[in-house]
Amino acid sequence: MQPSMSHRNGASAATVDVKVHARKVSVFYGAKQALHDVDIAIPDRSVTAFIGPSGCGKSTFLRCINRMNDTIEGCRVDGVIEMDGNDINSRDIDPVLLRARVGMVFQKPNPFPKSIFENIVYGPRIHGLATSKAELEQIVETSLRRAGLWDEVKDRLHQPGTSLSGGQQQRLVIARAVAVNPEVILMDEPCSALDPIATARIEELIDELRENFCIIIVTHSMAQAARVSQKTAFFHMGRLVEAGPTEQIFTTPKDTRTQDYITGRFG
Amino acid sequence: MVAHLVKSYSRDLETLLAEVGRMGGLAEGALIGALDAVVRGDARMAREVVARDAQIDAAEHAIEQSILRLLALRQPMAVDLRQVVSCLKVINNLERIGDLAKSIARRSLVIDPVMAGPALRGLERMGLLVHAQLRGALDAFAAQNVEQALHVWRADDDIDAHYASLFRELLDHMVADTSTITVGAHLLFVAKNLERVGDHATNIVEAAYYFITGEPMPGDRPKGTPVIGSDMVQASDQVRLGPTSD
Repeated sequence: MQPSMSHRNGASAATVDVKVHARKVSVFYGAKQALHDVDIAIPDRSVTAFIGPSGCGKSTFLRCINRMNDTIEGCRVDGVIEMDGNDINSRDIDPVLLRARVGMVFQKPNPFPKSIFENIVYGPRIHGLATSKAELEQIVETSLRRAGLWDEVKDRLHQPGTSLSGGQQQRLVIARAVAVNPEVILMDEPCSALDPIATARIEELIDELRENFCIIIVTHSMAQAARVSQKTAFFHMGRLVEAGPTEQIFTTPKDTRTQDYITGRFG
Repeated sequence: MVAHLVKSYSRDLETLLAEVGRMGGLAEGALIGALDAVVRGDARMAREVVARDAQIDAAEHAIEQSILRLLALRQPMAVDLRQVVSCLKVINNLERIGDLAKSIARRSLVIDPVMAGPALRGLERMGLLVHAQLRGALDAFAAQNVEQALHVWRADDDIDAHYASLFRELLDHMVADTSTITVGAHLLFVAKNLERVGDHATNIVEAAYYFITGEPMPGDRPKGTPVIGSDMVQASDQVRLGPTSD
């Protein structure tokens, strides 16, 4: 599938809708510029992978999408990032509410030091999505099912989340992200601490989740980007070098830097 | 091109290209030998070409193993992936060229040079043209030369034109003198086999073009002059002038 991008705001293109649209996004940490003029349209209901060497700016850009950079002292973001055509950095947008719409999963599974059940209902409760016990139970079951974890934990929902294996913890964190019904899920190297089987489970989960969410994944594994994503963006030295259908990036990249990186020729 | 960070990976890819080049040399040698066998009635050469086909088959098998190993252990991407996949296509075509050369060599043993007469000169011209195409295709692949690949690709027309005129000439002979039918039929098959070698050379430059550019060869494959007039095509539909392959 070749997503055809439209540059009109949230316009329905031939095959996909653009969920997140970045224009000339630059990020500065104090005087140091970490990201230069990134322009990219990220399609809805699909997986976009950000790849590139360490320090290339891919995680910095990912953190712009839920305004996590706001929390970093001395960090400035220029340019425009739109979600469904609305500027996420506008004054009317509450970053806390934005982060309910844009969930995030980190490299190391980070369940709260609470029970599995409490991990899931925490978000829905503070966002007032559910109040009654029955509603919360329903959310727990749905979220855990969506994360492919329900059958493994349904009999021990009140045990600590940290009692699960690494792979299960990562799926618990994904279930927690899904529980607040986000529109976008950001994943920053979600499998780098997992073994191949747990990785395969997460990748299968990502593939299922993309039916309903816009997923953006930062990964150091080129093979993983190739396996899970429909669109791939290659970052290098703070610039977006090339973005396109994953198949094209991994068979016929246009830029020599992309080619050198994905073939392992980076010197 | 810049070398891989993992040097043994670069070496594997270079070795693969060298192996394919070596197999190309074997196929080229078989084609020249088969042509010699027909044109000069060299029976010793004919038997040598037949015997040596096993080497070409063995080379294909060995390269296939290297490719499988590369795919499994290195997971090549981008230009490396295209190289590996193109090599797989090229060796497949080379193996077929080997078979066609063997078939020509076998047939040369039953062709009477005296009966074949002047038609052999036309066959030799066509054979040299096909050989030039094959060599050009292998060079373009080895040197990753887009211009040369395109040149070879376009020149396949000439082979088809030669084949058409040779076909007509042999047919005329057979019609005029029925005692030449046996040798004429054999020569037709040889010409057909040479024309098929030309097609395989075209496949090789298509693989080369994809390897180098990542794109399929632009436009339709050149179509040669029709071998027989439309009236005869109709006739052949009804009466089959002969088997299309052997």
